[in-house]
Amino acid sequence: MNNSTPILSVRDLKVHFPLDEGTVKAVDGVTFDVYAGQVFGIVGESGCGKSVTMKAVLRIVEPPGKIVAGEIILRRSVAGANGSQMDDLINLTALDASGRVMRSIRGAEIALIPQEPMASFSPVHTIGDQIIEAIMLHQAVNQREARKIALQMLKDVGIPIPDQRLDEYSWQLSGGLRQRAIIAMALSCNPRVLIADEPTTAVDVTTQAQVLRLLRRLQQDRNAAIIFITHDLGVIAQMADYVMVMYLGLVMEQGPVDEIFHAPKHPYTQALLRSIPTITMTPRENLPTITGSIPHPFNKPRGCPFHPRCEKSIAGKCDQAVPPLRRIGANQMVSCFLYE
Amino acid sequence: MQMIFQDPYVSLNPRMTLFDIVGEPLLVNGMTNRKERVERVAELLRLVGLRPEYMQRYPHAFSGGQRQRIGIARALSVNPRLVVADEPVSALDVSVQAQILNLMLDLQKRLNLTYLFVAHNLSVVRHICDRVAVMYVGKLVEMADTLELYAAPKHPYTAALMSAVPVADPRIKTGSVELKGEVPSPANPPSGCYFHPRCEFAIDACRIDAPAFREISPNHFVACHRADELKLPGIA
Ligand SMILES: Nc1ncnc2c1ncn2[C@@H]1O[C@H](COP(=O)(O)OP(=O)(O)OP(=O)(O)O)[C@@H](O)[C@H]1O
Ligand code: SF4
Ligand SMILES: [Mg+2]
Repeated sequence: MNNSTPILSVRDLKVHFPLDEGTVKAVDGVTFDVYAGQVFGIVGESGCGKSVTMKAVLRIVEPPGKIVAGEIILRRSVAGANGSQMDDLINLTALDASGRVMRSIRGAEIALIPQEPMASFSPVHTIGDQIIEAIMLHQAVNQREARKIALQMLKDVGIPIPDQRLDEYSWQLSGGLRQRAIIAMALSCNPRVLIADEPTTAVDVTTQAQVLRLLRRLQQDRNAAIIFITHDLGVIAQMADYVMVMYLGLVMEQGPVDEIFHAPKHPYTQALLRSIPTITMTPRENLPTITGSIPHPFNKPRGCPFHPRCEKSIAGKCDQAVPPLRRIGANQMVSCFLYE
Repeated sequence: MQMIFQDPYVSLNPRMTLFDIVGEPLLVNGMTNRKERVERVAELLRLVGLRPEYMQRYPHAFSGGQRQRIGIARALSVNPRLVVADEPVSALDVSVQAQILNLMLDLQKRLNLTYLFVAHNLSVVRHICDRVAVMYVGKLVEMADTLELYAAPKHPYTAALMSAVPVADPRIKTGSVELKGEVPSPANPPSGCYFHPRCEFAIDACRIDAPAFREISPNHFVACHRADELKLPGIA
């Protein structure tokens, strides 16, 4: 499989949570493509739907949440007649979330480093047992071989004295080591897509740098795709090749990292970048802020979700309809009426 | 002295109204007249950009940024001269961070406050602080005026930190200095200079003697045996 066809294509995905107080439209029409060998960054403020989008891809959205529309296409190569490799497209939204096919994809082809690090390992089993179990679930190897693979994984992610660590519990590890063990577990089945949901929010700055460097190296060695979620624009600038900016369950803009930071098109992206202090600006000057605050998910504005806070909002237009996501450059897409 | 805390979600008691939260330090400090307290709380809420009408509401009705404003109002209620702000914006969303940083700078000017601002985001520190102290395993390793420290760090740990912090510009590649290993436990620190096991410049003396925290140039303090000879990269 080459790097010019997407490995994962999400089309107009909608995930809603029907609650007693109303429906939370957590993801409300999200479209993007991820390619092998790419670090695909997703940024957006708290509650914009980053984690729910990825839970939908893995088909682990908690009830009452449901995928109500859209497609999630995973491309994989299968052995065809006379030993050739052919591309096979599967629509993950059409699969039974707990069925055999989805279980064979989850963890093996698409792996997750979850946002809550404590959710990764059970406290009552050693990390070795858990990694070995994951390996044996997806690969035809015996216990001894699986242990060897697990040991190699811990080595690969730079854990010192790995054979001793294998028999320890997650709570015995420091934050930095635990995060490495989580990465080792996620990588143990050689996924082609690794979803890293805020993988460094719980660790200090120097550990963060180590973890980012590690993910970069693994992605280059294995030509895997990494979907990297964060609300830290610094981390995104350093890690991502391609960036998607979300707001209130929708894609505002997506494009190559340099375009997003140096030629942002969407008013929200522009405002977001203006509001962060930079390492070169005059200290202590007032930072430009975005007026208002993020609306409550039950009271999403009609029309463009950003219009009540947008300086360039066009009355009678932006408050009426949702602007479609349209292509405005070779690789850049924006959802805003200013670019019609 | 008063404190502003990192996490606006856990630092406010969910069963207390804004009036109780902001007014409690006043009561403790002897303002027993309720009417007086109502007036002072209203004034404080206005000061941090919240409506006084919200006084009877509970914290859950407010966003993260608004809760941080409540925390600031509480900290300012008893007219402190020194405010310790422990990571006051790190739990906040980007668009809210700017509002809180602007508010803190504005209040500082108006009330002539001194902040002790604890943070790991170097861009935020550079924006807010006049002077910066860098700590490692419970000890000060360097202290200088902000722009001098950023341009010419003298301690290898400071330089490594500067390199580790991801800058929000893909054209500036950070992370050139790799800091191996982990932060040691303060209960069982290394011998000599606490940083020596991770320091690429460590010499024998570093393993044996703890370096003194000394003034290397006017108002620039550092604790490193090799501070005079090393040329370390900063960020301009
Ligand atoms: N299990 C659930 N039940 C009800 N609503 C939910 C549930 N999970 C998520 N949501 C809602 O869906 C929206 C998107 O949530 P999501 O977790 O995807 O945000 P996020 O972008 O990952 O935010 P953060 O940066 O805080 O992690 C939010 O409004 C959230 O409250
Ligand atoms: S569509 Fe209108 S309101 Fe939305 S970002 Fe563009 S100009 Fe602003
Ligand atoms: Mg999330």
